[in-house]
Amino acid sequence: MAIWFTRSRSIAYYLKRKMSFMGILNQHSCTNPYFESICSSSSSSSRITDAENSSISCHSSAFPFSVHRFESTKAAGQLDQLYSSDDESSQSLDFPGGKVAYISEMRFISESNQKRIPCYRLLNDNGELINGSDFHQVTEELAVKMYSKMVTLQQMDTIFYEAQRQGRISFYLTSVGEEAANIASAAALGADDVVLPQYREPGVLLWRGFTLEEFANQCFGNKADYGKGRQMPIHYGSKKLNYFTVSSPIATQLPQAVGAAYSLKMDKKDACAVTYIGDGGTSEGDFHAALNFAAVMEAPVIFICRNNGWAISTHISEQFRSDGVVVKGQAYGIQSIRVDGNDALAVYRTIRAAREIAISEQKPILVEALTYRVGHHSTSDDSTKYRPVDEIEYWKMARNPVNRFRKWVERNGWWSDKEESELRSSIRKQLLQAIQAAEKTQKPELGNLFSDVYDHPPLNLQEQEKQLRETINRHSQDFPSDVPM
Amino acid sequence: MASCLRRYGRRLSVSICEKRELSTACEGQIILQQHQQLQQTAKSMNLCSAINQALHLALETDPRSYVFGEDVSFGGVFRCTTGLTERFGKNRVFNTPLCEQGIVGFGIGLAAMGNRAIAEIQFADYIYPAFDQIVNEAAKFRYRSGNQYDCGGLTIRAPYGAVGHGGHYHSQSPEAFFCHVPGIKVVIPRSPLQAKGLLLSCIRDPNPVVFFEPKWLYRLAVEEVPEHDYMLPLSEAEVIREGSDITLVGWGAQLSVMEQACTDAEKDGISCELIDLKTLIPWDRETVEASVRKTGRLLISHEAPVTGGFGAEISASIVERCFLRLEAPIARVCGLDTPFPLVFEPFYMPTKNKILDAIKSTVNY
Repeated sequence: MAIWFTRSRSIAYYLKRKMSFMGILNQHSCTNPYFESICSSSSSSSRITDAENSSISCHSSAFPFSVHRFESTKAAGQLDQLYSSDDESSQSLDFPGGKVAYISEMRFISESNQKRIPCYRLLNDNGELINGSDFHQVTEELAVKMYSKMVTLQQMDTIFYEAQRQGRISFYLTSVGEEAANIASAAALGADDVVLPQYREPGVLLWRGFTLEEFANQCFGNKADYGKGRQMPIHYGSKKLNYFTVSSPIATQLPQAVGAAYSLKMDKKDACAVTYIGDGGTSEGDFHAALNFAAVMEAPVIFICRNNGWAISTHISEQFRSDGVVVKGQAYGIQSIRVDGNDALAVYRTIRAAREIAISEQKPILVEALTYRVGHHSTSDDSTKYRPVDEIEYWKMARNPVNRFRKWVERNGWWSDKEESELRSSIRKQLLQAIQAAEKTQKPELGNLFSDVYDHPPLNLQEQEKQLRETINRHSQDFPSDVPM
Repeated sequence: MASCLRRYGRRLSVSICEKRELSTACEGQIILQQHQQLQQTAKSMNLCSAINQALHLALETDPRSYVFGEDVSFGGVFRCTTGLTERFGKNRVFNTPLCEQGIVGFGIGLAAMGNRAIAEIQFADYIYPAFDQIVNEAAKFRYRSGNQYDCGGLTIRAPYGAVGHGGHYHSQSPEAFFCHVPGIKVVIPRSPLQAKGLLLSCIRDPNPVVFFEPKWLYRLAVEEVPEHDYMLPLSEAEVIREGSDITLVGWGAQLSVMEQACTDAEKDGISCELIDLKTLIPWDRETVEASVRKTGRLLISHEAPVTGGFGAEISASIVERCFLRLEAPIARVCGLDTPFPLVFEPFYMPTKNKILDAIKSTVNY
C-alpha cells in the first residue's frame, strides 16, 4: 500500500510537471483521485482568476505558476507543530540567537507549506473592487496619472520595439504585461527613495519624470544620452531622478541597494532604497547575499521581485522549487508579501505599506509581484519557441493589467473613450517626434570613449587616444563617420 | 569547513613566519627624505599597526567613512582593525555575513551614495566570489553612467601572498586578474610606512581601489612610520635602490627578497637598480622605462604564477619601448604555474637565489 501510494504520487507529479511545461494542465483529465485532489486544491489556492469568469478559469491551465510542490505529505503540516511548544516545552537549548525547544520525536520540516502563499489583490480581472477588501481610496489625480503613465509605457514599448525592428536602434526590451508592477510601485515611492533597477523597470523612471526624449536619446546613444553612448539601449540612468544606471548582469544591484540603504539609514534620511529583480535573478548568489545582508544590517530597502514566470526561456519550474520567491523572505528574517502584480491598486497599496515599514522600522521588505512577461525577453528573443501562444494570449488579454486598471478608473467616472484616444494619439505623436529628434542628434564625441574610466585619464589612455586618432586620420573609411572627432 | 579554515587564518596571523628577513632601512630613508617634515613624530611599528593607524585616520578625518568585512569588529583575524569599533562605534565599523560578493556589492552601494567604504576581504584567496561585483560593477560604475554615478569611495583591502604555511587558500597573489580591468586601481605596499601612506591615498582616491596587503610582512616588517596623516602618490613607482647594470621591478613582499638578491649581486660586482611599482594599474611605465634605458636589462619578479602574471605586461611594454636598448632578454622570476603548494612552498617561491641566478645570466647574456 505504501509503495503504491509513493509510486502513484510520483507518477502524478511527473504528469503534472510535463503538463505544466506544456501549459495545458487540464483538471478534467485527472483520473487518479489523488492527482485530482491535488489539482483542485492547488488550483483553488494558486489561481488568481475569478470563479465567475468561466472563460478565464478554463484557461487557468496557462498560469505559469502551476508546478505543484505542495502536496500533502506526512511531513507537511508539521511545521506549526514544530514551532508550537508541547509537553517538553519546559526544556530548551540555550543557543546563540535564543532558546530552542527540545523534542524527542524526530521530525523533518516539510519542503513547503500545504497551501501556497496567497496573493494580495484589490481588483478582480474585470477591474471591480473585491468585496470586503482593505482598499484605501486613491485620488482621481493619482489614479489618472498612474493610468496615463501605464499607457505611455505601453506606447513607448510599441514604438521603440518597431524602431528596433526597422533597424533604427540596435536593441530593445519591453515591459509589456508588467506595466502595473512598474508604474504602481513607482507611484507608491517618494522622490528621495533611491532606485536600483534591474532592466525591466523603465516605468519607474517614466513615473519620476524621465521624458520620452530622454528615453529616445539613450536608445539611440546620441550625445544627449547621459550614458554618453556607452551602453546598449534600455540601460537608462538618472542621478537627478535617483535612478541608478542599469547594468546588464543579473542581481548585482541587490547587495548595492543594501549599501545604499545603509547610507540612508546612517544619514537618518526619510527615504529607503528600492531594488527590482526578476524571478530568474533570485537564483543568483547576489540575491541571497543581499537579503541576508539587508536583514543583518537592518537596512531600509524594499526588494521587489517581478515574478513573471519566465527567465528568457527558463520556466520558473526550472528556476526554483520553492513556492515562488515570497517564502524566501522568512528564511532570511525578512517580512515578505505576495501581491498580484497585474493589479495596480494592490501593488500601489503594498509598496506604500512596505515603504512605511522599511523607513519607520528601519528594516528590509521582500515583495513578490506575480505578473507575466507578455513580450519576448528582448528583441533578440522569440518566446513562441519555448512557450505556448495561448498562454501569452491569456495574459495579454484576460489578465492585462492596463485594461484592468482602466476599467476601475472608468467605473469611477474619471476616464472616457475620448480621453483614451486623445492620450494615445498624443503620446504616439510625442514618441515619433522624440525618435526622429534623437536619431538626428549627433553621436557623442570620440573623447567620450576614453573619459570616465577613471576620474582622470591615466597615461595609457591618453596614449591610446592619441594613437587611435592618428589611425583614424590614416584610415577614416574604417570608422563610423557619424562620431565627431 | 570554511569557518574552520578561516580560524586557521587566525592562527596564521599570530604565528607569521620568521623565515624572512627584511631590510627596510634604505627604502625608509629615501621616503623620509622626501617627507622630512613627518620625521619629527615617527614611531617604530609593523605593517599591521601602520594599516591600523591609516584606518583610524581615515575614519577620524571623514565622518562618512565605514570599515566592514568578516570579523573586523573584534579587530580582524590579522588584528588590522583593532580598536576601531571601540573608537568609532559599531555603526561605522562592523562585521558582515560571510559573503564576499555581498561585502563588495554592499560597499559599492555605500560608496555610490557618497561615502568612503573600506571593505576587508579576509584573504585575497577568497576575493573571487566578489569578482563580478569588482569587474562588472565597481570598475564600470562611473563609465556606464556617463559619470552620473561613481563608487570611487570604495577601497577593498585584502591580505595576499605567501606566509610560509598557507597552502592553496591562504597564499595566493591574485593581482593580475584585477590588472586586466579598466576602471579600478590595484595597489600593493612593501612596508609599514608605504602601507599607511598608500592606504590613505587609496581610501581618498576618487576611484575604486583593490589594496593588497602582504600578510607575511604584517608583523615582520617594522620601520619608522610618521604618526601624521600623510598620503603617498598612486601610479608613481619608486627607485628604492640605484644601480647601473640591471633593473629589477617588483611589488609588495617580494621586494625584500629582491633586495637581498641585489645585495648579493653587488658582492659579485653587479650593480642592481630596484624599483617598487606600488600601483600596478594604472602603472608608472616611465620610471621603469627610464631605468631600463639606463641599465639595458630588466628582471621582473612576483609570487603569482609566471604565465599571465603582471610581469608579462611589464615585459611586453618595455620590449615595445626599449627594444634597441635591451642587451638581454627580459627575465621573469615568479611563482610556478601550479596551485600554491603547502609542503612545496619553498620550491614554488621566487627565492633570492633564483633571482640571483637570473640576474647573473641576464648580465652575462
